[in-house]
Parts: sequence; structure tokens; C-alpha cells
Amino acid sequence: MSSIEIKNLHVAIGEKEIVKGFSLVIRSGEVHAIMGPNGTGKSTLAKAIAGHPDYTITSGEVLLDGRSILAMEADERARAGLFLAFQYPSEIPGVSIANFIRAAVQARLAEGEELEATAYYKRLYQKMDLLKIDRKFTSRSVNDGFSGGEKKRCEILQMAMLEPKFAFMDETDSGLDIDALRIVADGVNTMRGPNLGVLLITHYQRLLDYIVPDHVHVMWDGRIVKSGDKSLALELEAKGYDWVKKELAAV
Amino acid sequence: MKPSTDTDTLAPPAAEANPVEGIDQSSGNFSYKVDYAFDAGTGLSEDTVRYISSVKKEAPWILEFRLNALKKFLSMPMPTHWATKDLENIDFNKIRYYLSQGQKPKRTWDEVPDDIKKTFERLGIPEQERKFLAGVEAQFDSEAAYSNIKDLVSKQGVIFVNSTEGLREHPEIFKKFFGKVIPTGDNKFSALNSAVFSGGSFIYVPPGVKVAQPLQAYFRINAENFGQFERTLIIADEGAEVVYMEGCTAPKFSTSTLHSAVVELVALKGAKIQYITVQNWANNVFNLVTKRGVAHEEAEIKWIDCNIGSRLTMKYPGVVLKGRKARGEVISIALANDGQHQDTGAKMIHAADETTSNVIAKSISVGQGRSTYRGIVHIPKHLKGCKNNTECDALLINTNSRTDTYPAITVRGDRNATQHEASVSKVNEEMIFYMQQRGLTEGQAMSLAVNGFINDLARQFPMEYSVELKRLIDLEMEGSVG
Repeated sequence: MSSIEIKNLHVAIGEKEIVKGFSLVIRSGEVHAIMGPNGTGKSTLAKAIAGHPDYTITSGEVLLDGRSILAMEADERARAGLFLAFQYPSEIPGVSIANFIRAAVQARLAEGEELEATAYYKRLYQKMDLLKIDRKFTSRSVNDGFSGGEKKRCEILQMAMLEPKFAFMDETDSGLDIDALRIVADGVNTMRGPNLGVLLITHYQRLLDYIVPDHVHVMWDGRIVKSGDKSLALELEAKGYDWVKKELAAV
Repeated sequence: MKPSTDTDTLAPPAAEANPVEGIDQSSGNFSYKVDYAFDAGTGLSEDTVRYISSVKKEAPWILEFRLNALKKFLSMPMPTHWATKDLENIDFNKIRYYLSQGQKPKRTWDEVPDDIKKTFERLGIPEQERKFLAGVEAQFDSEAAYSNIKDLVSKQGVIFVNSTEGLREHPEIFKKFFGKVIPTGDNKFSALNSAVFSGGSFIYVPPGVKVAQPLQAYFRINAENFGQFERTLIIADEGAEVVYMEGCTAPKFSTSTLHSAVVELVALKGAKIQYITVQNWANNVFNLVTKRGVAHEEAEIKWIDCNIGSRLTMKYPGVVLKGRKARGEVISIALANDGQHQDTGAKMIHAADETTSNVIAKSISVGQGRSTYRGIVHIPKHLKGCKNNTECDALLINTNSRTDTYPAITVRGDRNATQHEASVSKVNEEMIFYMQQRGLTEGQAMSLAVNGFINDLARQFPMEYSVELKRLIDLEMEGSVG
């Protein structure tokens, strides 16, 4: 059983504070969803926790299994078990998906240990079959000229191969048609289980029809202002974010 | 011929303090103590040239050729009116112009001296490749240290010898073309090479013979202040085919070193020559090389050239397309790290109808590294049906790096076609972060991005070379982050 504890986190880009006292605990096996209008700091939160150099954590703490990760480089955090599914994944021309994932898997091995190619491909193809991804896919360059759906599928495949402890999924539903959304959601649901904690970041309730969360949080102005179960997402869908705004004003 | 009419009056990059301070570069040190049996001392004079010629027991015409070249070298100015002023920092009096171990070329792996084996080991060449290397022609400093592939190809009538042996034993074959593709006075450095050359390969492939495996040579500089001036001449007779590969991994020294080679290729009617180079020079090496081939009717010459390291590399492989339907190609990769300047390109001289040329050049500039592409494509008005394609892509890693492109494409007449594309891209922070988020270190991420950028070209290298190329890039990128 693993946990990630985010404690009173404050994040700034340059001088501007974006995340203002965010706290949340996610345990293995749990799926949390964070909802909120654009500009409330959802993506900033995910990138800051993943260790993006442009985002400064000004105060607060992030503990992975009780140990602070804030002094770690982005790649150390990744190897410790954090995965970020990007809203806009980068293109890496000339590097095939198979080779990219292979390098990432290799990076997790002890020094001097070589990844065995046959076993690697066997596992890669198993995961691809599971996620219903065509095998030709892996010889394409990472995200290079991909459609929105292909990019997200590439993220899901990487996640399946790297088997993180915690996955932060940043607007995974953006830019997807309903079929692509279903494929991506199926992928996440397949991986869902006692060894994985998930934080879904989404603007719309739509994704939560397919990946049903255990907990839903509403983020507003850099912090969580309301938490509940999946019914909160439906309520939010029905009443709109203005409802939260009004409630906040009333407090 | 000048590679470009553009004048480059810019000062050398401001990275000369110590751009790599604080980075442990000892992983690139490949120097071992070597006993040199012959040594021409330092400095360049008529005596030096006479000494080299006498040690090699050369015919009078070769000494004549060398002395004439020395005069040309001394009379020609440095080409700083278009090239970098850094050339002025070469101190010709401090350079050692000839060294030899006084060894006869070796035949089998067992006979290869232990210290050479040790260097290969240090290079991290895998066991199976070492066995493969046992069959290569390798130049150890001035002379070939061992060769046995020679026996194999000699059964096909192929002559594969070093320059000294080639001129001494087979003048009837080599004299005709020696110094003809690249005349002594072509440029200051071809004149220098013509005066003091030693080592290099002379190859003749008889008509119709297709050499099955690539002929290989490893060149290394392994003595402080020692300039290496190898001379290579490859003649593929009618319908013959040959692939030649050279690789260089230089040890690192604190004072400047000069490497100035001349490589001449002659592809007679219908012949094919492919010349592959992977070079990794130490940061203090001036690598000033002249490479050119002449392709006769329906012949094909392809240069695959990869330049990593060195303080300054100036190299513009060329093809003179002399016969109808001749084809020339230059595939080039250059990587300039801190304190390095890669000034590379290609020359395509169309001199017959229906000739085609293709140039694909990719450069990578890291940190304060600087890449320059200089190209010349010449198609005169009276020709018809000629085609040229030129693509130059530059990759910049961090904002200090710099890249320049000076393509000089002269296409006259309305019966010829050319196309030119150039691009500049950057490895941005987002891409590196993306890869780091998957668990790769910053260095590994950079390395992967660079390998991806050159992937389509690297695939054209033979397997063992692309492996080595990847390893060299990894080594360069590891040192470039911090």
C-alpha cells in the first residue's frame, strides 16, 4: 500500500502564485477526480508535483510513502513511481515509441543491468493487445504527427508499461471524440487496481461516465473547495461551476 | 574553388575560457604510452620533407611532388577571408610531421600489440566487434598497425595497401590518379598534406569486382603535438563496387593537434564507391580535410560523413560528376559541443548531362558549439537533365548555440532542376521534461532527442558504426548537461 500526501502546497510560475494551499491524500487503489474551470491551477498542480523546472513550489510538502520528493529531479520522481499523462505530450521526431518506452524501462533497471529485448517486446505486445493498440503503432515516432486520440493512447501505453504507483492524468479527455475517449478510459480501467492510485484532472464530467472515481474534488483558485463522491460530479454538471462560486461567496 | 562566396568575418565563439569546467571528461581519454621508432621532430622545413621521404624510401618523383607541395603550402595564405580566424592559432612550428612505430603491418588478432588492444577495450567495443576489428586495416599513428582483410580481398585482385606501399609497389596504377582529383594547390591544407603525407589507404578494385565486405581503417591521433596527414586514394575500375569505412577516436591532449587528410576517389564507368567516416576528435584538434571524388559515366560516389568533436573541423566532401548519368551524394552529420566549431558541407560539381546529386546535412549545436553548413552546387548552362537536391537541418540545444548556412547553388540553363530545403529546430525544455517524466535523466533525454534527429541518416551507416555513433552521442550529451 502506497500513498502520496500533498500538504498545503503553494506553487508559483515566476512571481505569480497559482496553487494556493492544496491538500490531498491519495492511496493505492483509489481514483480521485479534480474538477474545476480553466485557470484554477489543476495542470499547474500536476506539473509541479512531477517536477517541471518552470514551476516553483514556494511552500508545502509532497510525500511519497512518507518521504518528501521535492528535492528530487523530475526523472527521479518518475522512477520513484510518479507518472504524468500529459495534456499536450511532446513530439520526439525520429524516436520510435518502442525505443522510447524501452529507454524508459531501461532507466528503471539497476546500473549495469541490461533490458532483455525479447522479454521487453513480449511484454510490450501483451500490453498493446490488452489496450487494443495496433502493433504497427510502436514503430512510429513518439507523438510525431499524431491525432489527439493517438497521443492519448500513446500516453496510456507508456503508463501501462511503466506501471507507476500514482498516475496524474491531465485533461486526458481533451481533444478526444467519443470512441477515442472510450478506448482511453478502457485502458485506465484495465490498469485500475490495488497497486495504482489515480488523479484524474478534468474540466468535464463526461470522462467520469467512463472512469468512475471514488472521490471528486472541486478546485477553485488554487485549492480544493469541495469534496464528495461521484455524485458531486453530476451535481456540478447539472448546476455549473457558478453554483460552487455562489456557495463559496455565501461562506 | 571556394566553398562559398559568403564572407564570414565573425570572431571565433566566445567559449574559449574553459567551457567544460567542472565536467569530468576523463571517460574520453584514450591515450596510452607508445614507443615511436621514427620521429621527424617538430617544425616544418625542406629537411622535414626530405627526412619523411627518405624514411619511406620513396622514388625521386614523390620527393619532387612533396617539395613542390611544401612551396605551395608556404606561399598560400590562410583562407581566413571566408573561414574562421581560429585557423591563425595553428602553430605549424610546434607540430610533429612524421612518426612511425617502425612496425610491419600485422596480420592476425594475436599479433596485434597489447597496447592497441587495450585502446580498443577502452573504447568499449564489444567482444564480437573486436573480432570483427581483427580483420580491419587500422592506421596506428603514421603506419598501418595491422591488416588481414587484405589477404581476403587480394584473391579478387583488389589492392589494399598503405600510401607508401601503394606508390612504391604499384606506381603504374596509382601514379596516374594520385594528386589529380585534388591538385596539390587546391587549398592550403591539401598542399600541406601533399608535402608531409604518410599512412592512409590506397585501394584499387579491378573491373567488375564487387567487394563483399566494407574495407575498414581506424585512424587515431596518439601523440601530443602530432599532426596526422594520411593520404587515401581509391580507384574503382569499370563496374567495380567498394565500401570504405574510416573511424577516428582521438585521445585528449592539452595542446593543439592538427589533422589534415586528403582523400581522393575515382569511380570509373559504372563503378560505385561509398566512403563512410565516423570521427570523434579531441577538443583541441584542428581537423582540416579535403575529400573529393570523380564519378565517370553512370558511376556513383557517396560520402557518408559524421563529425563529432574537434576544435575546428573544415570538411566539404565533393563529387565531380564528370560522366553522363553520374550520381553524387553527401550524407553528413555534424555535432558541435562547447568550444567546437563544425564547418562542414558538400560540393557537387556537375560536368555532364543527366547527372544527379543529393546532399543531406544535419547539424547539432550544443551549448556554445557552433555549426556552419557550406555547400556548393554547380550546374553550368550548357548541360541538360541535371538534378540536385539539398537539405540542411540544424538542431539547436540551448540558446547559446549557433548555426549558419551558406548554400551556394548555381544552376544555369532551363533544362536543369534543383531543390533546396533548410530547417532549424530546437530541443525545447518541454520535450526534455516530457522525457524526464518517463524516468530518463536530462543527459539521456538530450541524447535520445539528438539520436532521433539524425535517425534517418544514422540508419544508412553500417550496424557497428551506428552503434558507435549512438555511443559517441551519448558521451557528448552526458557532458553537456549540468
